[in-house]
Amino acid sequence: MSNSPSVSDERVQFGKSRALSRKTLQNMGPLIALVLMVLVFQAVTGSFVSAGNFASILEAAAVPSILAVGASFVILLGAIDLSMQGVIAAASMTLSLLVANGINANDFGWGGIFIALLVGVVFGALNGLLHVFGRTPSLIVTLGMWFIGLGVAAVLFPDRVPTMHDPLVLGLSSVHIAGLSLIVYVACGVIAAAYAVLKYTRVGRMIYAIGGDEAIIVASGLPVRRYKLFAFIVSGGVAALGGVLLSAQLGNGNADIGAGQLFPAISAAVVGGTVLSGGRGGALQSALGALILEVLSNGLIQIGAGPYSRNIISGAVILVAVGVTSYHLRRKLRVVK
Amino acid sequence: MSAILELKNINKRFGRVVALDNLNLQLKAGEVLGLVGQNGSGKSTLMKMLAGLQAPDSGEILLRGEPVRLRSAAMATSLGIGMVHQEQSLIPNLSVAENIFIDKPNRATRGGLYRWQALYAAARAQLDKIGVKLRPDALIEELSFAERQQVELAKVLAIEELVDHPPIILFDEPTSVLNPDEIKILFREIQRLRSRASIVFISHRLDEILSISDRVIVLTNGVKVADEQVATLDRDELYRLMVGHERSVKPRKTSTATALAPAAPRLKIRNLSDGNRFANLNLDVARGEIVGLVGVQGSGAEELCRTLFGAQDAVSGEIVLDDAPARALSPREAVSNGVAYLPSNRRLEGMLAGRSLIQNMVVTYGLEYGRSRLLVDYRAEAAAAQQWMSRLKVKASSGKERIERLSGGNQQKVVLGKWLMSKQLKLLLLDHPSRGLDPGARDDLFEAIREQARTGMSILFVADTSEEALELADRLMVLKDGEITASYDLRHGVAPSQEDIVRAMV
Repeated sequence: MSNSPSVSDERVQFGKSRALSRKTLQNMGPLIALVLMVLVFQAVTGSFVSAGNFASILEAAAVPSILAVGASFVILLGAIDLSMQGVIAAASMTLSLLVANGINANDFGWGGIFIALLVGVVFGALNGLLHVFGRTPSLIVTLGMWFIGLGVAAVLFPDRVPTMHDPLVLGLSSVHIAGLSLIVYVACGVIAAAYAVLKYTRVGRMIYAIGGDEAIIVASGLPVRRYKLFAFIVSGGVAALGGVLLSAQLGNGNADIGAGQLFPAISAAVVGGTVLSGGRGGALQSALGALILEVLSNGLIQIGAGPYSRNIISGAVILVAVGVTSYHLRRKLRVVK
Repeated sequence: MSAILELKNINKRFGRVVALDNLNLQLKAGEVLGLVGQNGSGKSTLMKMLAGLQAPDSGEILLRGEPVRLRSAAMATSLGIGMVHQEQSLIPNLSVAENIFIDKPNRATRGGLYRWQALYAAARAQLDKIGVKLRPDALIEELSFAERQQVELAKVLAIEELVDHPPIILFDEPTSVLNPDEIKILFREIQRLRSRASIVFISHRLDEILSISDRVIVLTNGVKVADEQVATLDRDELYRLMVGHERSVKPRKTSTATALAPAAPRLKIRNLSDGNRFANLNLDVARGEIVGLVGVQGSGAEELCRTLFGAQDAVSGEIVLDDAPARALSPREAVSNGVAYLPSNRRLEGMLAGRSLIQNMVVTYGLEYGRSRLLVDYRAEAAAAQQWMSRLKVKASSGKERIERLSGGNQQKVVLGKWLMSKQLKLLLLDHPSRGLDPGARDDLFEAIREQARTGMSILFVADTSEEALELADRLMVLKDGEITASYDLRHGVAPSQEDIVRAMV
């Protein structure tokens, strides 16, 4: 190197272009897929591209994207959080019984929202503690917590459906700014905050590092357990926020409100490029994945696909998307050179 | 000069194996201490102890006269002790800059917030210090092995700025993966450091130890057997201290290939290209012949081995093995053609960490010992594995021991043994087989390789150094930029000089 700086320079140049093209491919792949989908649906229907349709896509994608972003924190670790449907249900029931509602005389307003979110934080913390300190696989811990959450919601459920009257909660979905409900703005805020945490804070970077090679972080004497706990708490808290927003859309508390949210959230993360083995992807990728799935489902409805064929097509598209976006990870031997 | 670091009566055992036996050691300020010993002599254990990765069972560590307990690597780092790992300690999906400062407080990450431009600038300064032109924002996984080694070095040298007293830097075989130019830089850096740091340096290359160290300590089975100033030592003396007997000047053993009639080549490579590192290569290897490949990094020798093994694709050309086309599309195909490959990166590609020696031995060919190749016969395969391990002189308490508990040399023998288990192996590809092995273990391994050649196996190997190639090979090929620039038949006529080989390499 000392005698041949030019060789070294060349190598840097080479590394640069290689890195650039690979990164571009990885990051742009889902975005290109999204644009292609929009173009195809526009070509077929002739009416897909419109402000009204885009607004309805954003409304539909808001909560799934929040859930996908929350789950990404845990996925980046190389772990998984399956508990969101239980957390959503528990948060929904908690919220509906604490804000102004048709069942009891509670009217805690902001306090009710806060406690509903706290329920998610507690669930996330329990997930994290059991996984990290109990050394139990996250898959089984969060699977158990899913059902505990559903059980808690069912126990809380009163004789009849608790309808909410709180203008604060209902306003989330009824107040519109520039044609979009507050939920969409909340989603944007969550995505931006998650991006900032993952990019600019030590705990965020450590979440990536743990997904990359946990053993080295442990051997370096860094507080790995704390970082992991943080990721689970974020995941639980964000799931609870999803529960609050879904309840606001529905107008009442519902123990079944989380049903069917888990699969799209995890798929969205993966379609966007957040890899289940950890360390790769991020908030923007996962949110983009949610948008892709929503465009797909919206487009399929518009071209008249029935619900069953929609399921088949959505599933197939997810498989193809994952296959294409992770193709570069499947070399013959994963060589470290 | 006073001792900056002192070890008193340190003991460490793993199960029944004594790794360090009542060790006493002093490191003085501004000193480069060479540490040599065969694989399994306790060098790595000692290093890990100093780096805070392992605690001694008993004994005392004094740092600047104060007793310390190094509970973690972070604690060692904060006290100014850093280690350049033999096996790298970098996070693959993070940037160069993040890796350099991952275990150190830094102004750019103070308060848990990352100021990326400041972090990149700080990393840039650390990289500049050792003259490395890498982008601080490049991801580790995009770098070559040697480039990662440079990052590893920069990461440890950044400790300098962390403490106000001179740091202690441990080098665990840093040169085994570097090319001569890179070694030169490393040595220059060590020379620069010695004025304000104390250094412990492990290498299996005795010349390196003699050229860089002030003092040498020799460990054998966890016991310090020598502690000498370098000025009073020469290479043969050091070898004797380490191995416990004189270095035998081996007459080049003529392998059976010379005795046999000039056999038709068993492996024929014709106009082979991989579209990247090598093009239009032609090479023959006869039955029982050992062909050595030498070249600087990037010469294409490693890629040639990987292509023959199907681990990467050829774009054009022909590979013929025993008159049958043998261009393999996958390692599986190569294995069924009778080709075996000993990878240079043992830890990642050669061994199954966490599994026993026997499980490692039988993983590929166990079923050849099974019932009708359908059902596993545990007893038969274990017996065959044990037999090979004793033929290869694997040093272990039992076949049930986990492979990562063995020293590098013994691990390498197990990885080689895995392939020798096959009853129909034809071609053995060895990619830097002696990487990380001490001279004794290397001699053992070479003898095992020669023995294979005597039974008729064809062997193609990529050598770590040209001395090594001259010692083992029947024929020697020098590669440069994917072309064979020189070829020597060592069985006839005189061996080429080192200078000839180096000239053909660069």
